[in-house]
Amino acid sequence: MSERVFGAGLKPREDPALLRGERQYTADIALPGTVHMEFLRSEHGHATIRGIDVTEAQAMPGVLRIVTGADLEGHLMPLPCIWVPGGVESHFPPHPYGLPGAGTALATGRVRFIGEPVAAVVAETRAQAADAARAIRVDYEVLPAVITPEQALADGAPQLHDAVPGNLNARWTCGDADGTEAALAEAEVVVKLDLHNRRTINSPLEPRAAVGDYDPLTGEYTLYATTQSPHNHRFLLSALVLGIPFNKLRVVAPEIGGSFGTKGYLYPDMPLVLFLAKELGRPVKWQDSREGLMCSTVQGRDHRQYASIAGTRDGKITALKCTSYANLGAYPSTIGPGVATALMGRSITGTYDIEHAFCEVFATFTNTVPLGAQRGSGRAEATFLIERLVDRFAATIGMDPAEVRRRNMVRPEQQPFDNRMGWLYDSGDYGAALERALEMAGYADREAAKRAARARGKLLGVGISTFVAVCGVGPSPRIAKEGMLGGSWESANIRVHPTGEVTLTIGVTGTGQSHETTFAQIVAQEFGVAVDSVQVLHSDTTKAPYGQGTYGSRSYSVGGPAVQIAARQVTDKMRLAAAHMFGVDDSAVVFRDGSVLVEGDPEKTKTFQDMAMALWYGWDLPPGMEPAIDVTTTFDPADFNYPYGAHIAVVEVDEVTGDVELVRYIAVNDVGPVGNPLVVDGQIEGSIVHGVGQALMEVAQYDQTGALLTANLDRYAIPRAADVPFFELDRMETPTPHNPLGAKGAGEAATVPTAAAVTNAVCDALAEFGVQHIDMPLTAETVWRAMNAATTSRSEAQ
Amino acid sequence: MTDPIPTSVDQKPVATQRPPSGMSLHFNGVRHMIPVDARTTVLDALREHLQLTGTKKGCDHGQCGACTVHINGRRVLACLSLAVAHTDDDIRTIEGVTPSDGALHPVQEAFLACDALQCGFCTPGQIMSAIALLDEIKTEQGPAARLSSDEIRERMSGNICRCGAYPNIVAAVTRAMAGQDGAR
Ligand code: FES
Ligand code: FES
Repeated sequence: MSERVFGAGLKPREDPALLRGERQYTADIALPGTVHMEFLRSEHGHATIRGIDVTEAQAMPGVLRIVTGADLEGHLMPLPCIWVPGGVESHFPPHPYGLPGAGTALATGRVRFIGEPVAAVVAETRAQAADAARAIRVDYEVLPAVITPEQALADGAPQLHDAVPGNLNARWTCGDADGTEAALAEAEVVVKLDLHNRRTINSPLEPRAAVGDYDPLTGEYTLYATTQSPHNHRFLLSALVLGIPFNKLRVVAPEIGGSFGTKGYLYPDMPLVLFLAKELGRPVKWQDSREGLMCSTVQGRDHRQYASIAGTRDGKITALKCTSYANLGAYPSTIGPGVATALMGRSITGTYDIEHAFCEVFATFTNTVPLGAQRGSGRAEATFLIERLVDRFAATIGMDPAEVRRRNMVRPEQQPFDNRMGWLYDSGDYGAALERALEMAGYADREAAKRAARARGKLLGVGISTFVAVCGVGPSPRIAKEGMLGGSWESANIRVHPTGEVTLTIGVTGTGQSHETTFAQIVAQEFGVAVDSVQVLHSDTTKAPYGQGTYGSRSYSVGGPAVQIAARQVTDKMRLAAAHMFGVDDSAVVFRDGSVLVEGDPEKTKTFQDMAMALWYGWDLPPGMEPAIDVTTTFDPADFNYPYGAHIAVVEVDEVTGDVELVRYIAVNDVGPVGNPLVVDGQIEGSIVHGVGQALMEVAQYDQTGALLTANLDRYAIPRAADVPFFELDRMETPTPHNPLGAKGAGEAATVPTAAAVTNAVCDALAEFGVQHIDMPLTAETVWRAMNAATTSRSEAQ
Repeated sequence: MTDPIPTSVDQKPVATQRPPSGMSLHFNGVRHMIPVDARTTVLDALREHLQLTGTKKGCDHGQCGACTVHINGRRVLACLSLAVAHTDDDIRTIEGVTPSDGALHPVQEAFLACDALQCGFCTPGQIMSAIALLDEIKTEQGPAARLSSDEIRERMSGNICRCGAYPNIVAAVTRAMAGQDGAR
């Protein structure tokens, strides 16, 4: 085979069936005899449950079973939280196994956010279950709610959890507190910035769903669910929630309609459909609604940050300090507390070499939906902070923001670079990415562009954001140090069939990233076989080798190397078997382009298919070699990997209405060597759209009772086709030394700098009004107000 | 005691229902007798009763476009359409526009060529919307009509793609439009 399959932009093999609407998502599953579950959700942000009366509901047509929190005691343990930020005293509601608990499946005694499930109803039809849920009477005693961390930490604030004094889950710190204070005190220039990186909702287009089934003959449960971590959820649900043997639970992730982090968490519906399926002897199906998703699926961001950056007048940044108040919501979600602390705090120095940095995070509980990952989680919040600060610093010393970045970026010869906050960056030329982006954007000509826009009544702004994002979660001992309870390796199984076709089974589960295509490409490249002859299976825990889950952009950069290593074990086995058959020393045999051969001896060559058959029969193998080809490997990376890049947004702000239009977006990214550029570009474009959403329109808003005011897609705006231009992309490909593919995370990296680039652009457009910062989302109203406030205060000052 | 709160399925209370009677609906050229009641939407009739699950439910409130189908050739949100109101209409879904021989509709082909999908959840709705859009412009402006990228963006804005495949969706619709009059 001559052309390279690895690196080719093959069309995803998943696409034709997706285009026909034929692939099965969880909500499409209809097992015979299925009954339907609906939740009654809390209508109060904070209330004591005095009583629940299900009498009327129980008598309604089709109703089979109603359960409340009390019914589950002794049957379901609380959901666990598995990321307890390392190195600090943390407070969590307890789980019986001594772990922190993330709340019970149904509220017991008290509700802590609007949307928290209080009761579950199972009926013959979904409509009957919904009707009956509405007929349940709950006697609440409403308690005062706290919505923001500041409220939660105030003296005398209402308390959410008995185990958590003062609503403070943890005060987490990292970096050099004293050195940073000293550097700030001595600095020529100190610039402060207070900002609110507001709460967002991932809102994948597919709402979550779960189907539970139980086989009384074998005692086995099956869960079909929208999960991006089926193996990990199998472990957590069986051992820590249901208390059943691991091998009595099968978890299957069907097609998943986007996730962006949210579907890696445990949710109450998962154990409940299993518990109820066993009780009722029928499959139980639950489908979330959009409103349910908005008020119960983990939300993202939500840091109030108070930061200072210090440096010299000639542009050298010397210190950075951030105090952040993170809003964890009502309960610790599966990995939420780590997202809000370590993932954010260790990332605040960005692409820069800053000698003194310090970050402290007060992670607090409030009466809001639990916090979790949003595409780019933690790193996007950190990058927004540093990239806004660099722009403010540049404006203060009167230097071009590109030049300030040049003077402070980590240089390639400094790699691997210790950012002094806990990350050891791996490889790459950050400055080169910036220069490339500046060139593509025509940065040098921006003043002319501004004048031209001005003539049309538009204020043009150009915003830069660079980024480096920790990705590819692993190795296991490293995440243990971060306080994450779990392994972070991945695995792959390769079977080569007697006829030479291949089945690859992977531990990772895709949520729309075309895994079946890109992973097949790795195998086809290694074996020199047609990519179509490689079948890829995944996402069924009884069939797939273990995996830890798709999160932190780790599928390809951790799962991919496992595939490559397994493939090389296969070719090596073929080589050794061939050497025996040829009667030569194995050092004389090579595997190349789909054949085993002895260099310079054309007689001694066998194809991949020949060897597959020979190993299948096992007639003539070297002593000790096992017949057949069935190889499973695991891979735990040497360290995280660090994709990076530079993005530039060009916006036009309407000088009358404040409306912001994103007119150009330039993105140079380095995610290491790319296995399928078509797929990677899709991920990058989608990531950018996600960041543009946060910058321009997305925000989850609560009132003081804890009601989510943005619980549907009319109130919570998501970018639509008209909101984004065609993007201008370029790529660099620097391998990470931490895995044999050299691959870095690609699924979310490009979200990380986007909101900062767009906000920097808008602030640049408004510089003449004296606008220094605007909190996202930059809606027309927000921008108009900022423009006018600045104008008013200036004219008052004159 | 407080009022019962709306649950996740926003449907009318059972008391207002007529006794289930069933109705006859015309899906993809075939008549089906379906035991649905008056509050059943076209979307639920498709998904729950006919197992035609290619049409997706993203919001059930007319806000995302995932459920787009054609009713008498026009794009319509199936979640906002009551089945009872369409007993005489020709309802066509993604299953109905997909050729049965394993090939793809030209608009599906264009989406494939332009990599205009990722998770695929919005995709059936995007395809149905795009097919109808091309018909709309043909009717409005004749077979040789061409829309600019901005016009396509505007007219495809009823269909959310949270995966953010918009640039490629716009490219795919442009491609399909160019291929439509045989000029490809
Ligand atoms: S499901 Fe109909 S528009 Fe969203
Ligand atoms: S492809 Fe996932 S929502 Fe469009």
